[in-house]
Amino acid sequence: MTSLVFDNVGVRYGSHVAVHGFSDTVRPGEWLCVIGPNGAGKSSLLRSVVGVAPHVGLMLVDGAPLHSRSARRRAQLIAYVPQNPVLPPGMTGREYVLLGRNPFVSHFGAESRHDLGMVDDVIERLDLAPLAGRDIGTLSGGERQRLVIARAVAQEAPILLLDEPTSALDIGHQQQALELVDRLRREHGLTVISAMHDLTLAGIYSDRLVLMHEGHRVAHGSAEEVLRPETLGEFYGVSVRVHREADGTIIVVPSRTPDLR
Amino acid sequence: METVAHAAPKRAMPWFAGSACALVLALVAGVTIGPAGPDWWRVPLALLDHLPFVSLDSGVGDTDWSIIWQIRAPRVVLAALVGSTLSVAGASYQGVFRNPLVDPYLLGVAAGAGLGATIVITVNRTGSLSWPVDPLPLVAFAGGLAAVLMTYLVGSTFGGDRTSITLVLAGVAVTSLATAIQTFLLQRNSDVVRQVYSWILGRLSTATWGDVRLVVPYVVVSTVVLLMHRRLLDVLRVGDEEASALGADVRRIRLAVVIAATLGTAAVVAVSGLIGFVGIIVPHAVRLLVGSSFRLVLPLSMMLGAAFLIVADIPGRILDKPAETPIGVVTAFLGAPFFLLILRTRQGSR
Repeated sequence: MTSLVFDNVGVRYGSHVAVHGFSDTVRPGEWLCVIGPNGAGKSSLLRSVVGVAPHVGLMLVDGAPLHSRSARRRAQLIAYVPQNPVLPPGMTGREYVLLGRNPFVSHFGAESRHDLGMVDDVIERLDLAPLAGRDIGTLSGGERQRLVIARAVAQEAPILLLDEPTSALDIGHQQQALELVDRLRREHGLTVISAMHDLTLAGIYSDRLVLMHEGHRVAHGSAEEVLRPETLGEFYGVSVRVHREADGTIIVVPSRTPDLR
Repeated sequence: METVAHAAPKRAMPWFAGSACALVLALVAGVTIGPAGPDWWRVPLALLDHLPFVSLDSGVGDTDWSIIWQIRAPRVVLAALVGSTLSVAGASYQGVFRNPLVDPYLLGVAAGAGLGATIVITVNRTGSLSWPVDPLPLVAFAGGLAAVLMTYLVGSTFGGDRTSITLVLAGVAVTSLATAIQTFLLQRNSDVVRQVYSWILGRLSTATWGDVRLVVPYVVVSTVVLLMHRRLLDVLRVGDEEASALGADVRRIRLAVVIAATLGTAAVVAVSGLIGFVGIIVPHAVRLLVGSSFRLVLPLSMMLGAAFLIVADIPGRILDKPAETPIGVVTAFLGAPFFLLILRTRQGSR
C-alpha cells in the first residue's frame, strides 16, 4: 500500500490560480474524497498529481518526490480516470483496456504475453468479457465507465485517481462503479483519491473528506465532520438538510429556501 | 521478456496477405502495360529471364527491354514509393493531430515545395541555364522542409499547451503565405503557368532510377520511424492529457512523427509533384476495411498506397497517348468512386 503527501501544492493556469497551497497526507489504502462546488480546484488538484496540470509544491509517493519521476514511472504509480475520458470509436474494449499497459512497454516496444494475459485477467475479473470485442463507440455510459476503470486497473498502479467517476451515470450504475472501486481497493490495497459532486455517495464510500472552495482546502475530516448544513451552506451557497442514519450513513438532501418557494 | 509483435490480431493476417498480393499484381501490371514496347505477355517472361539462374526465350529485344527496365520499371518503383509514403504519412498525420481529414500536406510541405518549384521554373524558364544537376527537386525539397520548419517554430512558440491546434493554424498561415508568393510570381511570369501547373498536378512520366535513388533513403527512414510509432499512435488516440497520464511522452512522439512524415513527404513531392488524395483516401479505405488501430492501418496503408498509385498511374499513360493525363487527376478520378464504393459496402454490411 502506498501513501501520497501533498506539501503546499499550487496549480496555476496563466494568471488564474486554481489551487492555493494544498497540503494533506493520504494514508496507504485510504479513500480520500475531494468535494467542493464547481471551480473549487478538485480536478486541477488531481490533474497535477498525474503531471498534466502546471503546478508548484511537492508531492511525495511513499516519501519519494513525484516530480523526479519520468512520465512512464509516474504512470506505473498512479492511474487516472478523467472526468470526461476519450473513448476512440473503432477501438475494441480489449484494445482500450490494453492501453493501461503502456507504462510497462518501452517506447518502441510491444506488449509482452504477460501484459496481454494481465488484460484478459482484468476483463474476466470485472465481468467485461461481453464488451471485450465490441467497438467502444457503441457502448452505453455505464459500460464505458466500467471499461475506463478496467483500463486504470490494468495499469496496476497502487494509487487510483478518479475525477467525477459517476457524474454521467444513473443511480444504479453509480453504485456499481463505486462498489467496483471499493472492491478493488480492498482486494489490492489501493489508495484512492476521488473528486465527487454527490455528497451522500462521497460520505458513504470515502474514509475521509476534504472540502475545497476557490482553490483553498477549507475543511477536512470524516463525513460527519465535513457534511454539516452550515459548512455546506457557507461554501456551496445552498440550503441542505443532513440526516444521520442508524448505521452512521450521512445523507445530504437539498432543501428549498423560504425566499425561493 | 517475450513480446508479441505489436499484438496484431490474427484476423488481420488475411488482409496482410491480400495487400501483399495486390502490391505484387500492381507491380507486374505496372511494368507490363504501356503505350509502346513488347506484347504484354512477353514482359513477365522477360523479367523472369533476367533473374539469376533462369533462362527463357521471352522474344523481347534490347530496345523493348530498355522500355521495360529504363522507362517503366523506375516509374513503377517510384509510384510505389510515392504512394506508400503519402499514405503512411497521411495516416500518421491523422493520428498525431487526431483529425481524420488532414493530409500529409497539412503543415505546408506542399505549398513550400510548390513555391520552390515555381522559383526554379521562373528563373530557368527557357531552360537555358545549365546546372550540373536538375535543381527543381532539390529546391522543392528544401522549400517543403523550410515551410514545415516555419510552421513548427510558429506553432510551438505560440502554442503553449494547445500545440496541435496552433500547429494546424500555423500550417494554414504558412500555406497561405507560400501560395500568395507563388501566385505573385506566376502573375509576373505568366509564360511559365503551364509548366508550374504541370508540376503541381503531379507527374511520374519522367521518372528515372536517379529519382528512385534520390528518394529511397528518405522514404526508408520515414517509413521505418513511422511504423515504429504505430503502437504509440494508438495511445495518442485518447488525447494528449490521458496519453500523458498513461506515461506517453506526447511531445516527443508528435515531434518524431511530424519530422518523419514531413521528411518522407517532402522527398516524394520533390520528384513527383503534388499528388493529392492518396494521403487521405488510402488510410481511410484501410480503416473502413480493418478498423482504426494504427497497428494495422500503417503497414496496410504502406502496401495498399503503393499498389493504388501504381494502378492509378496506368490509365494516364494509355488513355490520351502520346500525351499523359496528370497522375493527380487520375488519383482523384479513381479514388473518389472507389472510396464511396467501400463506404457503401461497409455500411451495407453493418
